[in-house]
Amino acid sequence: MTGFWRRALHHRSFAAGGLLTALLAAAALLSLVWSPYPPAEIDIPNKLQGPSAAHWLGTDSLGRDIASQLLVGAQNSIVVGVVAVGIGLGLGVLLGCIASARRGWVEELIMRASDFTFAFPALLSAIMLTAIYGPGLVMSIVAIGIFNIPVFARITRGAANAVWARDYVTAARAAGKGPLAITLDHVLPNIANQLIVQATISFATAILAEAALSYLGLGTQPPQPSWGRMLNEAQTQMFQAPLLAVYPGVAIMLSVLGLNLVGDGLRDLMDPKLARRR
Amino acid sequence: MPVFLLKRFASFLATLAAASVVVFVVLELLPGNAAELILGDTATPESLAALEARLGLDRPPLERYADWVGGLLRGETGSSTSYDTPTAELIAERLQVTLPLALLAMGLTVVLALALGLYAASHHNKLGDVGVMAASQLGIAIPNFWFAILLILLFAVHLQWVSAGGFPGWVDEDSGAVTATSLFEALKALVLPAIALALVQAAILARVTRSAVLEVMREDFVRTARAKGLTRRQALWRHVLRNAMIPVLTVAGLQFANLITGTIVVENVFVLPGVGRLVFQAISNRDLVVVRDVVMLLAAVVVVVNFVVDLLYAWVDPRLRVA
Repeated sequence: MTGFWRRALHHRSFAAGGLLTALLAAAALLSLVWSPYPPAEIDIPNKLQGPSAAHWLGTDSLGRDIASQLLVGAQNSIVVGVVAVGIGLGLGVLLGCIASARRGWVEELIMRASDFTFAFPALLSAIMLTAIYGPGLVMSIVAIGIFNIPVFARITRGAANAVWARDYVTAARAAGKGPLAITLDHVLPNIANQLIVQATISFATAILAEAALSYLGLGTQPPQPSWGRMLNEAQTQMFQAPLLAVYPGVAIMLSVLGLNLVGDGLRDLMDPKLARRR
Repeated sequence: MPVFLLKRFASFLATLAAASVVVFVVLELLPGNAAELILGDTATPESLAALEARLGLDRPPLERYADWVGGLLRGETGSSTSYDTPTAELIAERLQVTLPLALLAMGLTVVLALALGLYAASHHNKLGDVGVMAASQLGIAIPNFWFAILLILLFAVHLQWVSAGGFPGWVDEDSGAVTATSLFEALKALVLPAIALALVQAAILARVTRSAVLEVMREDFVRTARAKGLTRRQALWRHVLRNAMIPVLTVAGLQFANLITGTIVVENVFVLPGVGRLVFQAISNRDLVVVRDVVMLLAAVVVVVNFVVDLLYAWVDPRLRVA
């Protein structure tokens, strides 16, 4: 494992991505215990101020501190990413493993169902769900999570099928191991790398999707700060305070960039053959 | 070939049917129907029952489903509860904005991505390649609605070349016909949204193009072509491109779904009166009929595009026709 970390530190994009991702996590953790101001604290006399010593990044149209909102907004992005990827990973890997272990019509059914789910991008599911249940963080997480299920099901099934074709699996079957034991002992450990890479990239996609949903007013609701909604509010003040529309976007961009770089880096580090070919 | 086509067509129809069932079940059968949404929590059971009867919600679900799908097939859709107009009319009107925008963005995406991807591949590991790859990594991380806001900041707020949003319509208001000026003004209103949509998509597609081209360039038949005396460029155009198109097409097809949902978001950034705005107004007006038909349309577009991509594969790569 030390060899892995030594190589990781020398992998430039992985190191850069790791740093950005660590910053995101640090911002979220820090905001749990401290932020310069309470993020929802309204202070109309000090509205739309530029950056200063008192307000590092200025204030918005209600006088709320931008830096504080950005810090606390990181929590939101992480929660959405973790839960939405968790839903996709949990159900997708389960379905993919079943498809791969059972083959035949079960595999066909699961794979057709996941093809079908692609017809409903997260935004469409979110629109349907909010039309009935109203907007909110939970609805947006569910919508993004649903879309992640087929993503993981496909990857799991593809990678698991390759493992099932290996000689050591045949040997295990000859020795009398059942499908469940083979899946747990041989398939999952061998496909974990690919799943970790995909989870990192899906995390980034989830942050983007949540930001879009919040921007549209379908996601996180006030007073909980979210980067997407900050952009929506900033758009109405664009002529007076253009910078307000810049900060949250930079935060989203750096988070997504960091996670994508980590994902790409992990792929290289875990599969050196692939790295050499690129 | 016909067997392949028939199989694909059958699964295409089955997917469409399944999509319609999902939309119907989510929007009509889950607890919380249109009548409850319109009347709110304070409704009396009597007024609820009366409205349900007026909206036809008291009929058996199968009958309603058959009516809805039959209507869609005949082009006779239900009426919007807030506009009192058939949804087909509403959607057709809004598509005049959304469709050109999506096509413009897709066109831009493909042109940009192929140009950048080919450039990077042919300058493999040189400065140009590294630059394109770094820029595309950044492009993938930028949310399209934020890029749209940045474009507005630059071109509308700072430079004041265009307005910050809105759509003048395709026809000239005085003459009631499409004139050169009205056409130009309408296209001008769609340029920034299309760029906002295309940039992010192109970043992804450029990477795919680059790696697909690099992959094919290592094949033996390319070496043979070069050995026969073709220049790099000739080999690229005659042999590499067609073979590299499979992964590019796959991703471009998947991206079309993103583009459709992206259009919904970007229309809202630029206040364009397209299908995306329509569905959001419908959500706030609690107009489930419109939401249902728009979501069905968008899901159908995704399914149709995936079907067309499947057919394109077979056209590009004859080996797949036997599968």
